[in-house]
Amino acid sequence: MVTGEGMIRILYFAQLREMFNREQENVSLTESITTLADLRRVLGERGTRWITLMQNNKTLAAVNQQLAGDDCVLRAGDEVAFFQPVTGG
Amino acid sequence: MNRIQQNDFNVAGEYARLEQQDNTGAIVTFTGLVRTEDDGEAVASLTLEHYPGMTEKTLQAVEDEACSRWPLNQVCIIHRVGNLKAGEQIVFIGVSSAHRAAAFAACEFIIDSLKTNVMLWKKQTDVAGVSKWLTQKAEDVEKNARWKTE
Repeated sequence: MVTGEGMIRILYFAQLREMFNREQENVSLTESITTLADLRRVLGERGTRWITLMQNNKTLAAVNQQLAGDDCVLRAGDEVAFFQPVTGG
Repeated sequence: MNRIQQNDFNVAGEYARLEQQDNTGAIVTFTGLVRTEDDGEAVASLTLEHYPGMTEKTLQAVEDEACSRWPLNQVCIIHRVGNLKAGEQIVFIGVSSAHRAAAFAACEFIIDSLKTNVMLWKKQTDVAGVSKWLTQKAEDVEKNARWKTE
């Protein structure tokens, strides 16, 4: 981790955890990531599966355990979660 | 009161706690079970995944909203996570109030809100061992939306 460069933690749940084959990861908040929309775009650059799911309107997000829209501004230390619509009950 | 747990719950025990308050004239409970059949498929089990921390917060928000909308004495919501076999209990909702109208309405509101707002995901495994993640039903979204306009 470069000094002065913040990290965010990303969590993936259920279908997305399996599709991306990971529960969580840390990502650097580079200059190209200011908002949740930027994060989706950057993660989408990883490949077809990533871009399809990151641009899918059924892929929802929470920032620090609050539902968040694409315009949400990300800050160092944030916990970002990606998941599809819930199915409990 | 609400909790997320792997262990089973005892409906009679939870009901007994709901009775223990003066001026309770009505108790409504709902228990959800793992169906043995879903869309014609024989179901072996469900695996419930949750987001520790946010699941509890979203469940508390549902309880808080129910308490702000109706005059309730007690609310008890229990949701299980982990692997649950067909026929097992998944969710319990118990509501007590002075009168039945509030208890019926609040109980239905809680299960409808829970299905669309609380961080829980179901993976269903059939008797042949094939698993799939269930998707949110439009019917559940409509039922929850109904509460926003009333």
